[in-house]
Amino acid sequence: MSRCRGWRWAAAALAPAGLALCLGVGPAGFDWPDRATEIGRAIWRLRVERVSAGFIVGAALSTAGVLMQALLRNPLADPYVLGVSGGAALGAAAAIVLGFAGALALPAAAFAGGALTLLLVYAIAAPRGRAPSVYTLLLSGVIVSAMCGALLMLMISMAHSAGLRGITWWMLGNLQVASASLLRAAAGVAAFGFAVAYILAPEWNALALGEEVAHHVGVRARAAGMIGLGIATLTASAAVALAGLIGFVGLVVPHGMRALVGADHRRLLPASALAGGLLLALCDALARSVRAPAEWPVGIVTALLGGPFFLYLLRRRRGWET
Amino acid sequence: MSAAIELEGVSARYGGAPCLCDITLRLEEGGLAALLGPNGAGKSTLLRVITGRHPPASGAVRLFGGDVARLNAAERAALVALAPQELTVPLPFTVEEVVAVGRTARRPRWGAPDPASRRAMEEAMRAMDVWDLRERPFEELSGGERQRAVIAMALAQEPRLLLLDEPTSHLDLSHRLEIFERIERMNAERGLTVLLTSHDINLAAEYCRRLFLLHRGRLVAEGAPGETLREPLLREVYRCDLRVRREDDGALNVRPIRRR
Repeated sequence: MSRCRGWRWAAAALAPAGLALCLGVGPAGFDWPDRATEIGRAIWRLRVERVSAGFIVGAALSTAGVLMQALLRNPLADPYVLGVSGGAALGAAAAIVLGFAGALALPAAAFAGGALTLLLVYAIAAPRGRAPSVYTLLLSGVIVSAMCGALLMLMISMAHSAGLRGITWWMLGNLQVASASLLRAAAGVAAFGFAVAYILAPEWNALALGEEVAHHVGVRARAAGMIGLGIATLTASAAVALAGLIGFVGLVVPHGMRALVGADHRRLLPASALAGGLLLALCDALARSVRAPAEWPVGIVTALLGGPFFLYLLRRRRGWET
Repeated sequence: MSAAIELEGVSARYGGAPCLCDITLRLEEGGLAALLGPNGAGKSTLLRVITGRHPPASGAVRLFGGDVARLNAAERAALVALAPQELTVPLPFTVEEVVAVGRTARRPRWGAPDPASRRAMEEAMRAMDVWDLRERPFEELSGGERQRAVIAMALAQEPRLLLLDEPTSHLDLSHRLEIFERIERMNAERGLTVLLTSHDINLAAEYCRRLFLLHRGRLVAEGAPGETLREPLLREVYRCDLRVRREDDGALNVRPIRRR
């Protein structure tokens, strides 16, 4: 227990500093926009939106990743494992191809695609109202994802060239905020998801040991499991709707944080949300400044930069073999 | 005298097939009993019926006088704990974190464990001799250490009734003795009611005051070890030739006879 106390303070101090650093990063290197001028204020607002989006998406994906890994009892699970990414991509591509790609229509379509996919996966895995096993859930998630992928390819093959670029850019992930209202909506959903996940942290501890154990230690196992899958999908879909598909964060941040603060979800959830948000905001700051004014897709930076760091964490601490 | 477990005409199905048939059984509070029977006799299902995990198709299940189906999850967890035969923990939980799960319904939702929980966890880990292993990842333990850690998790729950599903499978002789000794001590010192399943008839007869024999989902014998372990019945239930002998020190010995 004592091993996490120091980290908690370090993280609490690190997070604002990290976010402030991100705010200072612009196309011309590190600078603080002059807020006395109209342009300066506009730039400042853009940066705040951008950094907020990074933090929200990173925190949401990490929260969803923690939940999926605990509920599916699988360290390889990520927020997208039950087909959320495939469904959301399909929804977004459909919106682009059909010409509904407005500021809110695209994320709405992605969100609906992701959520519908979870319902479909759950319905396939749980015939006649019985509780699905983890294996049937994972397997149907993989199969539905593959089918979504095939349909996505079909759409790409039929899309006009402008639509094609839109789809590709969206699939690479991008934290440019389309509208402030979308950012607020995603933030609200992510905050709600995190709050529910945090309140039910003891339930995730029990469910990580299996539904049987959870029942016997006094958890309403099936209800809690369904709430968890729903919340994970909701937060992941909100992240996808805001920023497209950003991999890596939701898979690896939970593992890294387990190595630092332990597996108890009371500590793991806040630690992962904070670290995921910070990681993505920092990586995005880098992605938009390395070759400014051009931008790298942020997913590339998270994987190339975050990868080695988390490999180091995992090798140094426990939690690598399992 | 109140009964810890009371089953009345309980029948249950598993995947559509009948698996427990008209079981009526009573275990007094403070008892130490074993549930015997061959593979597939319905032992594990019976344990899960008792905890409410597997609702019976018909019949009544009462724990300390209360209908198990009417208890809410936390009330039920305060009465009965079950240590499963095997536990796989795919994420890097430490032994202490696994044992802490036993406190789920009894500790505050947030923050570090309250003093009562910390004491219960320490006592449970010391009773099962895993206190020194508490910082180790659960998955790195040996089979015997894991089995003790799982029982410690159930003990940390501080139930009035402890169910143990095959607590000595995968263990060598001395570890089996050790588990039975520790269980016997918990029963004697704390008045904890214990019902366990086992394939080790001789050890169960040695340590348990009461045996229940299950055969194809039916309760075919119950009572003190000497009354329950009768040769003709055991031959039929286990479908092999065997001898039941009372040793010089009074212990019962069930010995299977090799087939020609």
